[in-house]
Amino acid sequence: MLADKDRIFTNLYGFQSPGLAAAKKRGNWDGTKKILELGPEAIVDIMKKSGLRGRGGAGFPTGLKWSFMPKEIKERPHYLVVNADESEPGTCKDRDILRHDPHTLVEGCLIASFAMRAHAAYIYVRGEFIREREALQRAVDEAYEAKLIGKNNVHGWDFDLYVHHGAGAYICGEETALLESLEGKKGQPRLKPPFPANVGLYGCPTTVNNVESIAVAPEILRRGAEWFAGIGRPNNTGTKVFCISGHVNKPCNVEEEMGIPLKELIERHAGGVRGGWENLLAVIPGGASVPLIPKSICDSVLMDFDSLKAVQSGLGTAAVIVMDKSTDVVKAIQRLAYFYKHESCGQCTPCREGTGWMWRVMTRMQKGDATPAEIDLLLEVTKQVEGHTICALGDAAAWPIQGLIRHFRPEIERRMAEYRNASGRAAAPLAAE
Amino acid sequence: MSLRRLAEQQPASFAFNAENMARVEKEITKYPAGRQASAVIASLWIGQEQEGWVTKPMIEAVAKLLSMPYIRVLEVATFYTMFNLEPVGTHLVQVCTTTPCWLRGSDDVVKACKKHIHEKQHTVSADGKFSWMEVECLGACVNAPMIQIGKDFYEDLDGPATEEILRDLREGRQPKTGPQNDRHSSEPEGGPTTLKEKA
Ligand SMILES: Cc1cc2nc3c(=O)[nH]c(=O)nc-3n(C[C@H](O)[C@H](O)[C@H](O)COP(=O)(O)O)c2cc1C
Ligand code: SF4
Ligand code: FES
Repeated sequence: MLADKDRIFTNLYGFQSPGLAAAKKRGNWDGTKKILELGPEAIVDIMKKSGLRGRGGAGFPTGLKWSFMPKEIKERPHYLVVNADESEPGTCKDRDILRHDPHTLVEGCLIASFAMRAHAAYIYVRGEFIREREALQRAVDEAYEAKLIGKNNVHGWDFDLYVHHGAGAYICGEETALLESLEGKKGQPRLKPPFPANVGLYGCPTTVNNVESIAVAPEILRRGAEWFAGIGRPNNTGTKVFCISGHVNKPCNVEEEMGIPLKELIERHAGGVRGGWENLLAVIPGGASVPLIPKSICDSVLMDFDSLKAVQSGLGTAAVIVMDKSTDVVKAIQRLAYFYKHESCGQCTPCREGTGWMWRVMTRMQKGDATPAEIDLLLEVTKQVEGHTICALGDAAAWPIQGLIRHFRPEIERRMAEYRNASGRAAAPLAAE
Repeated sequence: MSLRRLAEQQPASFAFNAENMARVEKEITKYPAGRQASAVIASLWIGQEQEGWVTKPMIEAVAKLLSMPYIRVLEVATFYTMFNLEPVGTHLVQVCTTTPCWLRGSDDVVKACKKHIHEKQHTVSADGKFSWMEVECLGACVNAPMIQIGKDFYEDLDGPATEEILRDLREGRQPKTGPQNDRHSSEPEGGPTTLKEKA
């Protein structure tokens, strides 16, 4: 287990004040100037060596991402944009950083912006997080007042930080949709390339990072790359805030070591599975977009990018959704299918049409009102959507259904048989509609 | 994608009051010169706070204020689901029913809303005080099931706790926000397993 001294978010639960004085006592804003004195190259280098991989879901190495920004400011200004859109079902970690430990993020914004030669950053907070936005704005105002940021601040790098908000749209968490939204448009993802590091916000070089990715940076730079890289496993380093929801005795957020066994995470921090470990049916280990894993895999899997990939799932946002044996698992995934249908931005045909189609078929399968042949048809459609869309929402809609079929096909077939017996009908109507 | 259209019945006009106008102007200063369109969501949001919902004259006023074509602002108003395109109750109850909340009993929360507000979502209750709607994950899943009313989240709910919150609001009392059990925030119930010495 991670020791408290290695925890970055020491006010995760808000037992202490989120204000500047308390944050400083916790170690935030300590030696920030010395960090900036290292210079952009050294900072990026330390971030690379720390092994930090983006905490927004895709796990892209943060230091490498920062290094893609142009090395000097030409005619176009540089921007850092922080993704606080947190809308992936199961995920509620950035919320705690915003409301309880906001100075970790404000300090991280200054340092990351300096490392990427940006004099301005925007934090895009999902519209529903009104109290969180207010808490963050208070921290930003405090930082301005104390001259930690702003023009002529004590750190010697002019830097403006703005809090921006959305108004309800999961897709705005996708980084280019987020930029569109920030520019005052519908949040529809852009085609890539060009990538944001070349053409981002207002056509300028931009880096988009998750809240947690930015908020851990100051502590990495204070304690050194070796410290962070020494936690977890190679290529899967550092601490991570896990969100444990669903059928556990004590749902919670907790900062733990990357690579902690799933079972240990649930039993140590979340009070165990409701009814005991043997009552576990399946877990969605990384937010709604990753395939579920059945109990047999949960018994031994480690919670990091590579371990979960090896079992055909993913760490995603590290949002662990636990389902015990009482769960209607087809309904659980059908509800996610509805989510993706609801949240598709409608720009690409496979996603717009496919998410609706998959949801309708899943709805019939939940009742058993479908034929076994339709399972393969559904699987085939998920493959048609996956990889054929502008953004990864299409993949995200396909994967949970693929996971369900991979691990619970007999359950889907059982329901069909049950439905046939009860209704006396030979076969349900075909999926194509 | 969901189809969202402006309401048929629209008021004749809209104007920001002085205080809200000042808020909108402050929003615009966050963005570089010529990029005032970035303030469109904030402007519509402030308008909605003033009127309760987003009206056609409001969209026209915001378009003019931000020098944007009307159609661009209309697109924004219809794209983002937090903009109410028709009048809602004084208290709009948003019930999260996405899988993590559903696993922990959001069906009971929906039932409570049906009983105390209206059988159908998006329908203002007889006394005008409430309407409710199902929404997607609100980002508080370890405190599921939960609802949002106005600016606040009410968490760790069940049917009776939801009914009590609605009753309080109906009778003009402000219920406790956040977790409705003895949790402080997102720590495990009964006390944290980490960061104990500081708690
Ligand atoms: C549909 C969709 C929704 C996403 N939602 C979020 C989100 O809410 N928060 C987030 O940080 N990243 C989200 N992402 C990932 C972002 O596109 C991007 O990869 C991330 O913000 C990069 O930050 P990181 O490198 O620090 O992880 C989403 C991606 C997709 C495809
Ligand atoms: S994949 Fe879906 S959400 Fe993404 S751009 Fe295409 S239609 Fe929009
Ligand atoms: S699923 Fe309800 S808050 Fe996330």
